[in-house]
Amino acid sequence: MSDVASDRQSLAEPVFDIARWAFWLAAPFVLIAVAWQVASLFFPPFLFPSLIDVFARVWTILTTWSQFTSVLATAMRILGGLAGAFLLGAVLGVAIANFRAADRLLTPTLTFFQGIPALSWVVFAIIWFHGVEFRILFIMVITTLPAFTFQIVGALRGMDKDLLEMVMSFRPTRWKFFTAMVLPAVLPEVITAWKVNLGNASRVVVVAELVGSSGGVGYQLLQQQQLFDMAGALAWTLQLVFFVLLFQWILSKFEQVAVRHRSKSERS
Amino acid sequence: MNVLKADQMLSLEDMRYAAPEGAEVEIAFRNVSKRFGSLLAVDDLSLEIHKGALVALLGKTGCGKSTMFNMISGLMSPTEGTVEVMGNSPFSDFNSYRGKMAIVFQSDRLLPWRSAVKNVEFGLETLGLSAAERTERALYWLNALGLRGHENDYPHALSGGMRQRVSISRAFATDAPLLLCDEPFSALDEITSRRLRTEFARLVRENKKTAVFITHSIDEAFDIGDRIVVLKRPAEIALDLRMSADIGDADRERIRSTIHDTLDT
Repeated sequence: MSDVASDRQSLAEPVFDIARWAFWLAAPFVLIAVAWQVASLFFPPFLFPSLIDVFARVWTILTTWSQFTSVLATAMRILGGLAGAFLLGAVLGVAIANFRAADRLLTPTLTFFQGIPALSWVVFAIIWFHGVEFRILFIMVITTLPAFTFQIVGALRGMDKDLLEMVMSFRPTRWKFFTAMVLPAVLPEVITAWKVNLGNASRVVVVAELVGSSGGVGYQLLQQQQLFDMAGALAWTLQLVFFVLLFQWILSKFEQVAVRHRSKSERS
Repeated sequence: MNVLKADQMLSLEDMRYAAPEGAEVEIAFRNVSKRFGSLLAVDDLSLEIHKGALVALLGKTGCGKSTMFNMISGLMSPTEGTVEVMGNSPFSDFNSYRGKMAIVFQSDRLLPWRSAVKNVEFGLETLGLSAAERTERALYWLNALGLRGHENDYPHALSGGMRQRVSISRAFATDAPLLLCDEPFSALDEITSRRLRTEFARLVRENKKTAVFITHSIDEAFDIGDRIVVLKRPAEIALDLRMSADIGDADRERIRSTIHDTLDT
């Protein structure tokens, strides 16, 4: 009898754990949704539209190819900009970490760039360049480049000197040194850099599209603002949020695999 | 206190190391000095280590042992003089020593992102062996050092002694003729340390390696070395002794005491 009870308890525990996890995952979003829905009962739709209207618009965007392409365009601009900034940042980061002259020249320059607001870069890009896509790519790269570069420099400089010596003692080729030592050592910080810059990039791309584009989520937001369509503005914003959450989730899954060797404290 | 009869004992001169007739020189320090700013770590050192020898370099912390070690391994160049290993400069001809020397460091220095077997395979990857051959050799050495069943564990899941066994396996797996060891067991407890160094000395002799073993422990030097070079700061040779089966317990005790006094002054 007691064995049966014990079995039931051992089966129930994981179910309760999952339920508890799901509850706390959903709780903040449910709270926001309830607050919004209550507000929609007391305010006109152009201020607080019903969530039913908002999700209907979300569904329309997702299922209408001509509208969904705007979401894809923005997503591609974010990823393209981040990839460009990452590649350029990796080159600059390696140069800064290895050459004193590069450090002296590039570090203050990138720090200076970091102080320039994203909106100023949008204005510069509109004045300097004609092509819409190139403007946006430039803005995305230039606004995320300093952070990527500094994070890569930090990761390279933070590599364990003892491990470097051990690896060098086996006289590896440059490629083997890179794949066996440098890449695994910097990978966790590179993933973190992508996560941080993804949030920044999603904010910057909207500003860039709002001012200098004829398509994408930013452009659609401008349309909704001119029509005073709050449900549409919210629906387009949610598209961007969904994309960021999806890509963050992909990065987290990749990170789980990349750092599976790390020990975990039972207490944590 | 032991009272020893004079006629039972070898003189210090009898125990002084003399190179075997016709022995090939594997490592040579010729008037080597090394400075770090104003600090003189090694001062005009000349020393030859012959092929097949198991030499313990014994000295107190900060006497320049690790500096010598880094110069032999090619990680550091001498300020003056020359260091030759197998007839070439390990610093200038760094890459030519691929597969010719292997190092066991003071800490295990395992790559945390690789399992035990993959850590052992690392040295073999630099030699261009096939994947199957690498795995076979890595598993052989892990088994030889008592790590069967832990091949796929990551370093964080292994104890200090087990991690150091993996690092010894990594060194032996490359089958390099020269082994360099920088106080590899100093961070372990006495029982584990003694067991590992006995195993280590046995493997070195069985596999006919030349080994340079740096230590600050007189006991460790006695357990391991066929030859004990006692260093005083800054890396100056104070004693150079042979250790062999014909040296009895009384003589060993006297040598221990002499080394102790030498290091203490």
